[in-house]
Amino acid sequence: MPNDPLFLSRRAFGAGLAAGAGFLALAQPVRALTVDQARALVDKAIAEVNATINSGKSESGMYGDFERIFSRYADVPVIARSALGVPAKSASKAQMTAFTKAYQGYISRKYGRRFREFIGGEIVVTDARPVKSYFEVASVARLKGESPFDLRWHVSDKSGKQLFFNIIIEGVNMLASERTEVGALLDKRRGDLDALIEDLKTA
Amino acid sequence: MQMFRTRRAACPLPFRQQIVALAATGLLGACAAAPAPQVINDPNEADNREIHAFNRAIDSAILKPLTAGQTGEPGLVGQGIGNFASNLDLPGAVVNNLLQLRIGQAAENTLRFGVNTVLGIGGLFDPATALGVEGRDSDFGETLHVWGAPEGAYVELPLLGPSTDRDTFGMVVDYALNPLRFVIPKPERSVVTAAGIASTLGDRGRYSETVDSILYDSADSYAQARLLYLQNRRFELGQTSGDDDFEDPYEDPYAE
Repeated sequence: MPNDPLFLSRRAFGAGLAAGAGFLALAQPVRALTVDQARALVDKAIAEVNATINSGKSESGMYGDFERIFSRYADVPVIARSALGVPAKSASKAQMTAFTKAYQGYISRKYGRRFREFIGGEIVVTDARPVKSYFEVASVARLKGESPFDLRWHVSDKSGKQLFFNIIIEGVNMLASERTEVGALLDKRRGDLDALIEDLKTA
Repeated sequence: MQMFRTRRAACPLPFRQQIVALAATGLLGACAAAPAPQVINDPNEADNREIHAFNRAIDSAILKPLTAGQTGEPGLVGQGIGNFASNLDLPGAVVNNLLQLRIGQAAENTLRFGVNTVLGIGGLFDPATALGVEGRDSDFGETLHVWGAPEGAYVELPLLGPSTDRDTFGMVVDYALNPLRFVIPKPERSVVTAAGIASTLGDRGRYSETVDSILYDSADSYAQARLLYLQNRRFELGQTSGDDDFEDPYEDPYAE
């Protein structure tokens, strides 16, 4: 039943965290990235996340690890730009560089805090397929005492390297959620991007 | 009948009239399932935000402190209450499965209810999941979706939280349709209600970090809750596939 008082379907939050380019389907260009490579990328990222979770490190010690994993496997500049949304168009190059760096630390701490919930659990890749201009790698997360939930990774090589740029948890799109959040943070600072960058460094 | 089956355009009535008409005439399957909505339709945002502020105040004053000690995995009692309450949701789900003509799901949920009620001692335990009969929850909001009713506007309900026009109407119908209302006599029915409330409180404690991160740690908790509800609900209803909810962040940045 969807009527949990005051909060949403619990599975929506399983991990606390989702304009096509149809011409590619028609043109069928040579795909530099194959389904297997996309799958291997996500497998490797998951293996590193699992190793960190079960490393027995302190929570703050894990943040550094998560940030390294995130910067290695995710296309951080494109995620940061997408999270910032329209204001990214008018930002200077220096501002975007500073924002991307601050945002990378911020997002690692934000999601890193939640990774405690994954201790003793596992994420298993179940499928990978090409969708339009990117690849979707499907996985299932099985956490202790929880119903399994659906976790999808969108992987692209448009940056020149194969990296993931979005995660979708039970239908909830990380890029969309981040854009809502960063937009609200910016509104609170009356659109002052430099102030936001400073605050994200410690948030 | 065939002429109604094709498209949503065959159902020109506004949403509320449409579902009332459907309910009144029993015109099942009159329209094809509505297409997946992509946008957030929230014409009553100002009112909804006031209700959200109210819900948040109730949460921080009552629910959060009340459930503060119940974080993490539930104990035996908490698990039992949760099992008991979700077992009692199954007859209602079966009614909806049937209304959606999903016979396989109706059979699975019926089997699950039987196994957990009998072997699981009235639903306190959940042997069905161990046997691979995991079941799938459903509700009248989903039934309306299957019948072709569109989502309608987003609403935040007092005490009940995020919903849509369609899901709110569905909740009312679910209450009226619930077979347990006709089977369980009145004094015992309060046990069912109490179990539902206790189970919900248990969830509030158990998922406290997640709930807190949405309600208290996000810059705009209203917008965040709305997005999460709509995206997750559309996913549950099978309205999203990788293709529809794709957004291409590369279109813009690397085009420069």
